[in-house]
Amino acid sequence: MTKKLSNTSILSQLIRRDMRVAMRQRSEFLNPIIFLLVVITLFPLAVGPGADTLSRIAPGVIWVSALLSAMLGLERMFRDDFRDGALEHMMLLPCPIELSVLGKIIVHWLVTAVPLLLISPLLALLLNLSMQALPVLILTLLLGTPVLSAVGAIGVALTVSLNRGGALLSLLLLPLLIPLLIFATAAVEAASMGLSAGGPLAFMAAFLVLALGLSPLAVKAALQVSVN
Amino acid sequence: MWRWLHPYAKPEATYRLNRKLLPWFAIPGIILMIVGMVWGLVFAPADYQQGDSYRIIFIHVPSAMWAMGFYVGMAIAALIAVVWQIRTAEWAIMAIAPVGAVLTFISLFTGAIWGQPMWGTWWIWDARLTSQLILLFLYLGVMALYVAFEDQRTGAKAAGILAMVGVINIPIIHYSVYWWNTLHQTSTITQMVTRLEAPAMPPEMLWPLLTCVFAFLLSCSALIIMRLNNEILQREVRRPWAIEILKGGK
Repeated sequence: MTKKLSNTSILSQLIRRDMRVAMRQRSEFLNPIIFLLVVITLFPLAVGPGADTLSRIAPGVIWVSALLSAMLGLERMFRDDFRDGALEHMMLLPCPIELSVLGKIIVHWLVTAVPLLLISPLLALLLNLSMQALPVLILTLLLGTPVLSAVGAIGVALTVSLNRGGALLSLLLLPLLIPLLIFATAAVEAASMGLSAGGPLAFMAAFLVLALGLSPLAVKAALQVSVN
Repeated sequence: MWRWLHPYAKPEATYRLNRKLLPWFAIPGIILMIVGMVWGLVFAPADYQQGDSYRIIFIHVPSAMWAMGFYVGMAIAALIAVVWQIRTAEWAIMAIAPVGAVLTFISLFTGAIWGQPMWGTWWIWDARLTSQLILLFLYLGVMALYVAFEDQRTGAKAAGILAMVGVINIPIIHYSVYWWNTLHQTSTITQMVTRLEAPAMPPEMLWPLLTCVFAFLLSCSALIIMRLNNEILQREVRRPWAIEILKGGK
């Protein structure tokens, strides 16, 4: 029992444990995806099914819906662990808290973003997005969703001890995610016009590095405030 | 320096220092405000293009400047609160936030009033307008997070962390919004706005404007000092020194 655990083995144990918990509550992370599909369906009904209109607004609609549906699913990142006390144990582990936070972020990304990536061709099809823009859309989602999980973790960590955190979480997080939205839609728009999307994609990659590097620090500080 | 600063971590010492500092901010603030407003609104020459309606600049520019400035101030207070666990710094966050939010609102509101006759529209999605609006959301987020907690100490700490996250994001948001706007072609209206930034402004207009900028800084600082002192008294209301002050009126 006195075997010393290395940081990487703790991280992999944490990820495996969280994945198992997530797989036992499939509806929790499937519901936001269904919500996303429903929201996407509303847009053609509201603005008219014209092919030109749809393909023009498609990048914006897909990204705004992705942000909103992410807000719905974020809370479960820390909430259940906070309620049953597992979060306190996570913070007492013999490894840096930042590392376990990174594990949480990775798991959240795996259970929410991977389904989104899988159905993104379907979304593009529904909104008549041009096929040349599809790879770029997938690329923006690939680069952007980890930022969503990482920045979202800060908001969840701040509001986890509140009972009515839902609307507050969106108020805190959405302004911080505006740059992501701007560059993601710029990239997809550029690609659908046949232009190079390299610039905005490079910016998104920079956000990814910045968010993954810095957000665990902020999450740690926030958790220490929330978990007394 | 640390030995000199350390006593001010005690709320009582901060309270007394604030009482001493308040007149030095409030009185010049009020005087400069009167001088700047009268100078700017009455005596400064009318603009050759915009006539008298440009005069709203004397409210618009100072409030927009300090809306951003006080956010940075709030984040510095938050950093002090997190690093050195000083309670008065936590209260300072909440003393600053509403003042900054109101300044942001004033700058947006006066901007809309100014834009209506000049640009023919209350609102355009110009980069500077948009980033100011996002700044307002950031302020509202900090305030909402603070009041959401039942325990005020926890609320202040959480709001402080959010303020620091926000201050890292402000440049990113500002430049990405700027870049987003310049992706589209710039209209003549936005060119007019950006040209205001590096003004060939005559000194008769510039001096009253600078007076107003300082007047806003001093009078808003005075407001913040008063808010902070209120906060200290409310929190420390059971301490002997606070009871003495409340009874004696000193």
